[in-house]
This record gives sequence, structure tokens and C-alpha cells, in this order.
Amino acid sequence: MTREEIIEQVNTVLAEEFEIEDSNFAPDAVIYDTLELDSLSLVDLVAVIEHTFKVKIPAAELPTVKTFEQLYDYIESHLA
Amino acid sequence: MENNKRVVITGMGIWSCLGTSLDEVRESLYNGKSGIVVDPVRQELGFRSPLTASVEKPDLKKKVSRSMRQFMSEEAQYAYCATEQALAQAGMTQEYIDAHEIGVLYGNDSTAKSTYDAVSKIYEYKSTQACGSGAIFQSMCSNTTQCLATLFRLKGINLTTSGACASGSHAIGLAYLLIKNGLQDCVIAGGAQEVNPECMGSFDGIQAFSTAHIDEPAKASRPFDKNRDGLVPSGGGATLIIESLESALARGAQPIAEIIGWGFSGNGDHISTPNVAGPQRSIELAIQSAGVAPTEIGYVNAHATSTHAGDGREAMAIANVFGDYKVPVTSTKSQTGHECWMAGASEAIYSILMMKNNFIAGNINFEEPDEETACINVIAKTQEAHFDMFLSNSFGFGGTNSTIIVKDFK
Repeated sequence: MTREEIIEQVNTVLAEEFEIEDSNFAPDAVIYDTLELDSLSLVDLVAVIEHTFKVKIPAAELPTVKTFEQLYDYIESHLA
Repeated sequence: MENNKRVVITGMGIWSCLGTSLDEVRESLYNGKSGIVVDPVRQELGFRSPLTASVEKPDLKKKVSRSMRQFMSEEAQYAYCATEQALAQAGMTQEYIDAHEIGVLYGNDSTAKSTYDAVSKIYEYKSTQACGSGAIFQSMCSNTTQCLATLFRLKGINLTTSGACASGSHAIGLAYLLIKNGLQDCVIAGGAQEVNPECMGSFDGIQAFSTAHIDEPAKASRPFDKNRDGLVPSGGGATLIIESLESALARGAQPIAEIIGWGFSGNGDHISTPNVAGPQRSIELAIQSAGVAPTEIGYVNAHATSTHAGDGREAMAIANVFGDYKVPVTSTKSQTGHECWMAGASEAIYSILMMKNNFIAGNINFEEPDEETACINVIAKTQEAHFDMFLSNSFGFGGTNSTIIVKDFK
């Protein structure tokens, strides 16, 4: 999977999951602010990434995934 | 604290296989419509009976935020739709609710699909986070009351009644008791039942469901009929706004009907096979609690689910109580199938709709009784009839029985 494909798929599934009309997220935007996540809906982000890419984001590593860019990086480096 | 308040119903809402508004359901009842269909998914899954009810799935996207919908099971969504209607009919705005202590007592006794979906993800992904944030809430039987209390910002009693197929009736009975005793002024009461193969597979497995009329689903549910061969599972949501007469009048609400009695009992017997004594005691206690004579009751909405043992024993219990007075009896489950945890609430609403519109909906598919059910007066075809008081039975696994008596309010 190319990075462009990862970006497109991440943006699509997150927009769908969190019902955001515009899926063109700025790479440096903070995910939690953009998607208006709280501690519970953060779990949904982890779940939807796991369902889509089979990539687990352990709770201990979540603080390092703040922006969309960092999320793309994380998925790219952990894809099987 | 006053312990003998009058308890009235000021709002009703329904989401069932007979319709998703009171008007639609009233028409369906009058016309003898059946809500039963064949579910191809159940056929694929090897169910003995693929029959179920056709209940519209609510679309709550425009009404409830995504962050709240995450927590709502299928049955909570039905309950929400029914409650929204009931509150509107009762003239109960959010502003009013915010200024008063409104409770919620709702019958529910399964969250099988939600639980199955969550656990499946754990097995598939070997990760508990894969369940998502809503799974824990959706997997609890109290999910319905959790959601109603949160969505409508309710500050009174907040409790799910799990009493098998009498859950909805017990919720109404408890609401009646709390209000009569002055412990609550108003309670949102009802029952919800999920409609999916996951919640009914194991029930199908114990051979409780009808299989004789798969080619003609509308004929499958035939309470009291000689050729009944099992129940048809169904579901949805039903809500009643129950409050003290003072509370209703102070708000300027028009009471629809008055709850005047509640009886309950346990069989103390087999887990699934009912007896006569338990249901009979429930009926007798309800009549005693209402302080009326049996002859004042113009209609009995029976629990009868279309099983051999259950219908026969309920018929005998009714006959034993009413004696020579051949009170008209029907089971609306002939049209709806068995709405299980919701049934006590939905059947109260069906009966009120009949009472307010001067008819008794025929017990469809009743052709002839057997020797046990011949002792009661089953009304087979819809008839114009005026009655101003009815009794409604709900019984459930484990031998739990609940009977309510409701009177017209004029």
C-alpha cells in the first residue's frame, strides 16, 4: 500500500466514522481537535484503524500520534 | 407522603411491526394486519423457524449526535423513537423535563446482538479496543435506560426491569406503585426488544417457535387456536408516560387512561413451563389491587404467545377468575408475534388504542379452541365494542407474572 493510498483510506474511514463532511484533513492538524474526540471516542479511532489496516495502536503509543501526519507515519511503519 | 395518588397515562409511543405511529398501529389492529415475515438470514443460519417480525430500523442520524448514537443498541433506538412520540403526546418538553424529576423504568432482558458484535471483534482482532467505545454500554441490559436517561436528561429513578417476557409490564407496574405512593411524580415506562437472529437463535433451538406455517407467515402466530404450534419472535419499542393526576393537570395535559391495579406473582415452578396457579394469582391480585369486580373488566389482553402449554394454562387461569362471566379475550400476539421484553408495554398501548376507539381487535388465526382453551371467550374477528376497563397479562421464563388493569379516563 502506497503512502497516498494510506492517506486516502485513513481520511475516508475517519470522515465516515466520525461523520465529518470534508475528508481533506490538513496533515499537521491535530486529530483530536479536528474530529472532536474525547477519551471514549478516541477508542473508536483506534478501533477503526485496527479494523481497516490490522494495525494496533497501543495506549502507551497514542501520545505520539497527535497529527494526521503522525497517524499516516504510524500506520505506514506498522503495516504488515 | 400521600400513598394513594391517582396514576394516569398522558402519552404513548410505539415502534412495532404494526406501525411506527399510534394511528398506523390502530389501523393495523383494526384490520387484522400481521407483522410476520420470513427472514432469509435465519434460513441460512439453520433456524428451525425463519419467521420474525418486520420492524423498521430507525434512522437517528438527524436526531441524535454520533457521540450518543455510539452508545445505543438496536433496542435502545426503538425505545428512543417510542419515547420521543410519547413525550410529544404528553406535551412534555425538554424544558419541562429539565425542571422536574422525571424517572425511567424500562423493560429489557437481552443485548445479544451488541454483545455478539463486541465479542466477535475481540476474537477476530485479539484486541479489546477493537470493540469500540460503545460496546460496553450496548452490551448491558440497562442500555435502554442508560440511553433514555442521558438523551432526555432524566433525574428520577433510572432502572431497567429484566423480568423475561413480563419485563415491560413489570416496568409499568413499578411506575404505578412509585407514583401511587408519592415517590415519583412522573415516570417514562416501557419495554424494548431487539429484532435480530443473534438474540433468537438459542430460543429457536429449544423448539419454541412455530414451524407449521412458514409458507404463510401471517398464519403462524395463532394464540388459543387448536392448531397453534409455537410462538413467532418479534420486537420494537413501546413507551408510556405515567404520572400522578396532579402532575398531569398541573401541566395542562389530558390524561388518556388511568392505571388502577397491578398484580404480580411467581410460579415457584418450572423455568419454562407455566402453571395455572401463578398466573391466576397475578390476575386475582391485580383485580384486588384495583378494587373492582371482574365483571367491570370489559376486555382481557392475554399474554398467550401461541404455545400449547402457555395458552392453555392462561386460559384456565382466566376462566377460574372470571367464572361464569365470559369476558372477551384476545392475544394481540396473533398479529405482532411475541414482542417479549417489550410486550407488556406495547400490549397496554394496543389495548388503550382499542378502548379509546371502541373496538376489540380480533385474535387472528383463531379458528377453533382445543379442550383447554375452550373455557374462555376468544374474539376471533375484530368487532365494534365499547369497554372502559381492561386487564393485560404478561408472563415470563422463570415463572414471573405481571398483570395490570387500566381504566379509561374521561
